[in-house]
Amino acid sequence: MSETQPQKDLLLKTNRSVGIVGYGAYVPQYRLPAAEVARVWAGGEEGLPIKEKAVPGMDEDVITMSIEASRNALKRAGISPEELRAVWIGSESHPYAVKPSGTVVAEAIGASPSIQSGDWEFACKAGTEAMVAAMGLVGSGMARYALAVGMDTAQGRPGDALEYTAGAGGAAYILGPGEESLAVIEASYSFVSDTPDFWRRAEAKYPEHGQRFTGEPAYFHHISSAGKALMQMMGTSAGDYQYAVFHQPNTKFPQRVAGMLGFSAEQIKPGLLVPVIGNTYAGAAMIGLTATLDVAQPGDRILMVSFGSGAGSDAFSILVTDALLERREKALRTADYIARRTEIDYATYVRLRGKLAMK
Amino acid sequence: MEIPRHWRIKKQRYALVGEVCPHCDAKIFPPRDVCPECGGEAKTPFAFTGRGEIYSYTVMNDAPAGYQESTPYTVALVKLQEGPMVTAQLTDLGSQPVEIGMPVEMVTRRIRSDGDERGMLVYGYKFRPVMQA
Ligand SMILES: [Zn+2]
Repeated sequence: MSETQPQKDLLLKTNRSVGIVGYGAYVPQYRLPAAEVARVWAGGEEGLPIKEKAVPGMDEDVITMSIEASRNALKRAGISPEELRAVWIGSESHPYAVKPSGTVVAEAIGASPSIQSGDWEFACKAGTEAMVAAMGLVGSGMARYALAVGMDTAQGRPGDALEYTAGAGGAAYILGPGEESLAVIEASYSFVSDTPDFWRRAEAKYPEHGQRFTGEPAYFHHISSAGKALMQMMGTSAGDYQYAVFHQPNTKFPQRVAGMLGFSAEQIKPGLLVPVIGNTYAGAAMIGLTATLDVAQPGDRILMVSFGSGAGSDAFSILVTDALLERREKALRTADYIARRTEIDYATYVRLRGKLAMK
Repeated sequence: MEIPRHWRIKKQRYALVGEVCPHCDAKIFPPRDVCPECGGEAKTPFAFTGRGEIYSYTVMNDAPAGYQESTPYTVALVKLQEGPMVTAQLTDLGSQPVEIGMPVEMVTRRIRSDGDERGMLVYGYKFRPVMQA
């Protein structure tokens, strides 16, 4: 690829140590098997991209799901919600076009009014973009704690390839001082270019995608560039990491990009959730990380690289501390939400997702 | 349009914030600034844990305006751990049968849209079966 190699000073590092003091996941309980989408639209089961995807209930959206994930993060952090100085929600399915999701979430968790609040948009990397901003806010000393959420209830056009995988779920992270963290963020690095692989115009209900353009120049190029540059500048390699988590629009892409960066199937296993919950868009890499933190040990290093269409990747090098073991027991684990499962058929799915015109 | 009312009661509705009586320690929900136990003034905010159990319930097949799209749904009287009784929708029941005495926990969900699809979204508490860790 043609972009110039990143220089040594392009790592995003904070003046004071910053880390994750609390984290929380959320996955709604309904599951639509990919075979059920195939039954209605394709008539075959060969080559399904995942096993099943999570579908939100009629009373759920990015706001309600972010509230629950944030409450879980607060339980683990053990801080009072008024100590948060930012409530930032990254999503591409904010319930309102104009009116922030963040203010409702902040009010519900008890964080307002002395906060920054805003919604972030960058396709599937909106949440990790908010995490980088939170690193800056905490790392500069402007705030002690900041909340960054990545959450989506994505929709695909009925019958489109995306309908098999467009799932719902995500995660919330409270960033704070490194010495209070259950995992320290050693550094991050972001890699961004104008690449038209996937988009949705303002008035359109469903997104469009650049077909085969979504793979090579978009997903693989951005994730491998960001991951490679971060490790190169830090002087680390895949062997220094116990685990890695990548954005996961289907099962194959993260497996392949892991291989490109030198990671094994074992290293990505705990964070590879797309086969059982689908592609959770802005939530995908972030909930892969909550599942990984649920099983990691002190001293483990984790690489997380998100990907957002349009396009860009945020890469993070994360080092687990002793505080994780005690704190992860304080809220429901990612696996608890995945185990809570009510299978639905395509007709129920159509009703839950508001695809029926009632008037 | 009931925007002012939605706005006024958002704390109690989003997060089950009531009051605690400074005289007799009774927990009060919904907040009413006067203690129903001792009659004293009670304005101290108190956040309920959201844990409780089902006292009674009914299934709504014929819903009032704004709720028709989610029928049938279950409305329950929930006895909160701290004492007060609240009326709320149950959610996330899946195939689970509802039973008197069933332990439930509060979640914040979308209650309805105020008016048509152009109206504001109203969020508030519902209860679901307690999730097992
Ligand atoms: Zn009293």
